[in-house]
Amino acid sequence: MKKLIFFFLALPLVALASESGVPLDHAPVSLNNHESLQRGARVFVNYCLTCHSAGYMRYNRMQDLGLSENQIKDNLLYAAEKPGATMQVAMRPAEAKSWFGAAPPDLSVITRSRGADWVYTYLRGFYRDDERPTGWNNTVFDKVSMPHVLQELQGQMVPVYHTIKGEDGKPEQVIERFELAKPGKLTLPEYDALVGDLVNYLDWMGEPAKGARMTTGIFVLLFLGVFFIIAFYLKKEFWKDLH
Amino acid sequence: MEKLLNWVDERFPLTASYKAHLSEYFAPKNFNFWYYFGSLALMVLVIQIVSGIFLTMHYKPDALLAFASVEYIMRDVDFGWLIRYVHSTGASMFFVVVYLHMFRGLIYGSYRQPRELIWLFGVIIYLVLMGEAFMGYLLPWGQMSYWGAQVIVNLFSAVPFIGEDLSLWIRGDFVVSDATLNRFFAFHVIALPLVLVGLVVAHLVALHEVGSNNPDGVEIKKLKGADGHPLDGIPFHPYYTVKDILGVVVFLMVFAAIVFFAPEMGGYFLEANNFIPADSLKTPPHIAPVWYFTPYYAILRAIPPLFGSQFPGVAAMGVSVLIFFALPWLDRSPVKSIRYRGPKFKIALGLFLIAFIGLGILGVLPVSPLYTVLSRVFSVVYFAFFLLMPWYTKNDTFKPVPERVIFK
Repeated sequence: MKKLIFFFLALPLVALASESGVPLDHAPVSLNNHESLQRGARVFVNYCLTCHSAGYMRYNRMQDLGLSENQIKDNLLYAAEKPGATMQVAMRPAEAKSWFGAAPPDLSVITRSRGADWVYTYLRGFYRDDERPTGWNNTVFDKVSMPHVLQELQGQMVPVYHTIKGEDGKPEQVIERFELAKPGKLTLPEYDALVGDLVNYLDWMGEPAKGARMTTGIFVLLFLGVFFIIAFYLKKEFWKDLH
Repeated sequence: MEKLLNWVDERFPLTASYKAHLSEYFAPKNFNFWYYFGSLALMVLVIQIVSGIFLTMHYKPDALLAFASVEYIMRDVDFGWLIRYVHSTGASMFFVVVYLHMFRGLIYGSYRQPRELIWLFGVIIYLVLMGEAFMGYLLPWGQMSYWGAQVIVNLFSAVPFIGEDLSLWIRGDFVVSDATLNRFFAFHVIALPLVLVGLVVAHLVALHEVGSNNPDGVEIKKLKGADGHPLDGIPFHPYYTVKDILGVVVFLMVFAAIVFFAPEMGGYFLEANNFIPADSLKTPPHIAPVWYFTPYYAILRAIPPLFGSQFPGVAAMGVSVLIFFALPWLDRSPVKSIRYRGPKFKIALGLFLIAFIGLGILGVLPVSPLYTVLSRVFSVVYFAFFLLMPWYTKNDTFKPVPERVIFK
């Protein structure tokens, strides 16, 4: 019985653990923070969009973030000619596959499949690993094919190992913590904030209608609330003579 | 106006049908909470058909275009996100409503004589609904769509002798592919909905022929007043139409809360993996069907293979659904409603409920030794509920059933 109770109680926890088992950091996602979303859009266009497409996302949708069509044209439109175009990349998937070993996935709905927290942790989880062909590895995505694109901003993290006794009794090297071996253009808190903006943008891009959805929802529920009162008294009126 | 009505009535039974099914269809006056779900199921069917029609206008049943067309609906179609979320939420809520509707049948004995046919039509509706939901789930062409369909269609290859050919015939290809997507689309948007609507009509015609059961399991037609109407019956319209409107509003509040504020429902209504386009070369590490299939999926996994064949599990899963057909003949109790049944039935039903929900939870989780043991225990309880029913429903203690329904 105790086991059974534990089983039911443990369910939500099972759902929370990430695939790799590494605890995820909470992404500072805020739909209403337009400044953060605009900064994130700029980082996305400058760094991600060179290899990753966002093929379902149109540039002019960024008007929802408080940008004018001209602002989008002047500041964000490098890879396309018309603001109504979708965010495609010049790189062909076959080429990309031969360069990286895997074609970079489309990022339109990446936070919907991976979750914002995962992406936030992932983008802050790159470290030097000389055994990898790119020279990079990642804390939440082991043997990742993507190199650390944002290294000029974050700098280079190297792992500090310490030795523990493994399950079979032999000594094993495990990562204890990371050290900043070579600083980047940004301090680490500044880098975290930048990735926060980027993930905020990615999350918004995953479902641009989310804001409209919630606003509409409030009105729909208010309407149903009024309808409920009417329906309740209507039923009461009709049924009052029944015994 | 009356002239026009007369003109129609001479050519079509309009007034007669209105009377027979609404204004003079006498329903017991003691319906409680559990009696909302029939009309709600009908409403969800309409919601699904209407939202489905609008989705079909923009969706492309093509392996290369399907995933993108869903995102196009979510982004570029006016209120496309609303149509899509209504349809995806509607699919899950259909099962919520149908499961509650079936549970009502269980507790008040609504499947008992003379309502066996209503129950049989209902079980067929449930089966068709499962097919409809399964085929619809392939259409967004995400990873879970694809691999879920792959796993389920592969089950048919466990059937001895004809299995391989059978699954090939269902898919139209050696793996789930464009051909599969096209035929599932055809079944989902036209074949099965037509069958569903026909079955719902049959379900209702049969119901109106014998009249509704009620929480006391009393036949209201036995006691009629001087006017020939049942003493405990009230006209469906206006009494139950206004009452069902109340149920509809409450249901829509729950429905809207999900659609507008939690359309993924924590990954249970829309799975995270389904936001990755289908890839026939990349198997996801953990494939779980959508929540409404998980009790049966858990039974499938619980049954050990025999001589290396998965057929026993597949057969057990099939039987676990089909066994509902036998219910009217398994129940030997002299009373219908749980209100007048004894402890044996109540315990059996309680255990069945725990087993069904437990299996549903286990079906979502990856396999582990403890979970396998639990699934097996729950599977045994599940089947025991049906197979031992003739015994425990007969040899129970009963309370006397009143002449009239209880109405406060």
